[in-house]
Amino acid sequence: MLAPGESPDSAISVLELNEAAKAIIEGAIQRLWVKGEISNFTKHRNGHWYFSLKDASAQLPCVIWSRDVRRLPTAPTEGMTVMARGQLTVYPAQGKMQFMIDALEAEGEGLWKKAFDETKARLTKDGLTDPSRKRRLPRFPRTVAVITSPDGAALRDIIAVVRRRHPGVSVVVIPAAVQGETAPDSLVWALDRLSRWVAGSVSDSPMVSEAARALVPDLLIIGRGGGSREDLWAFNDERVARAIAACPIPTISAVGHETDVTIADLVADLRAATPSVAAESAVPVLVEVQQMLRNVAGMLTDALEDQVAHGARELRQRADGLAMRAGRVVERRRARVQQLAGRIEALSPVAVLARGFSVARGADGGTLGRRAAFTIGDTFDLLLHDGRVRARTESVHDDAPHLRETP
Amino acid sequence: MTFEQTLMRLDEIAVALDRDDVPLERALALFEEGIAKLREASSELATAEGKVKTLVEEAEGVFEVRE
Repeated sequence: MLAPGESPDSAISVLELNEAAKAIIEGAIQRLWVKGEISNFTKHRNGHWYFSLKDASAQLPCVIWSRDVRRLPTAPTEGMTVMARGQLTVYPAQGKMQFMIDALEAEGEGLWKKAFDETKARLTKDGLTDPSRKRRLPRFPRTVAVITSPDGAALRDIIAVVRRRHPGVSVVVIPAAVQGETAPDSLVWALDRLSRWVAGSVSDSPMVSEAARALVPDLLIIGRGGGSREDLWAFNDERVARAIAACPIPTISAVGHETDVTIADLVADLRAATPSVAAESAVPVLVEVQQMLRNVAGMLTDALEDQVAHGARELRQRADGLAMRAGRVVERRRARVQQLAGRIEALSPVAVLARGFSVARGADGGTLGRRAAFTIGDTFDLLLHDGRVRARTESVHDDAPHLRETP
Repeated sequence: MTFEQTLMRLDEIAVALDRDDVPLERALALFEEGIAKLREASSELATAEGKVKTLVEEAEGVFEVRE
């Protein structure tokens, strides 16, 4: 009996050979990293990626199954140099060697940076990173919502800072996974719950309990403590970013260390370097607020005192003004009286006499103003402005020449 | 009126009180309103007791907060 394949009679099937080759290759070459350039990249509609890895003189057909594709931030570009981890195998149906990749990294920041830039560009195109979109944070929030892991250091830090600064401010936690494959969905869902809670509270929905309504938040802190780039990756997810941008209350992002800028940071109303800093930015210090109120009280009192002093001054000025005006009226009257006195004097007989006229007065003191008042031989007084002349009537005529006025 | 609105009103009152042309009677009314608002704000600060709760959605759209 000949061994399989040793003679035409014992020839084996193609499939048998391919299966044997597959077993040998998989057994001989363990899972390993290979470096090469991406070539002929195609995305199949079933979600798998096909391409070749090549260098100057060789190429290798590769596949990434869709379940592994999901873990990658984005697709590589043609010609990009990558390191791929995978298992070399044979695809029996085609007798073709194939490298099944389960992890892919670009040189440097490659793939992650590319994914970041692509997401940022899409959000920017929709105006979501526009600085003019940024809302002002409330200065005095009563309740702060926090979306983070319920047992992470970030939440502990935020609560500690809020307590220390302002014990009157409440914190409502909306728990979410902040790393791993489920994190983006979990964060989006938490943001969705927040939005519906706020909307229900505002519209007085009976579905929102009284306690939940009383604690409806004024702003949101969303974030987590530091970690690896992969750990923080959910905060670079486009859906998470869009959900943050759509949040009905102002948002503070607080992801990781100071140096990590995430997509979430770009769309949030404020980016805080760490969760503690986020809490500090969100909540004022109680004693400072109390001091501010005291300052306002002082300002009001000062302003009122100024007003009263101002009023008193005004009153005094008016009184003075009145007295001055009254004085002027008296003055004017006096001048008028003098003027009238002058005119009256001008009309008096004494003044007429001063102008050279004289008046004849009889013995009885009556004025002799007519021809008939004179009797020949009688004496009468002629009054002049500087004295008197005793005169006697010699004769009476009716043809006296007209008196000529003498000045 | 929220705490922030109260403070904004206080700012307005302070500005109005600083004007030269406000009649004394109006100044007094503003001052009284300001003091009442200050009292309101201070008492809110004094009485507010911060809580730490977790939001729970018990059923679709049914929200409750728990310890």
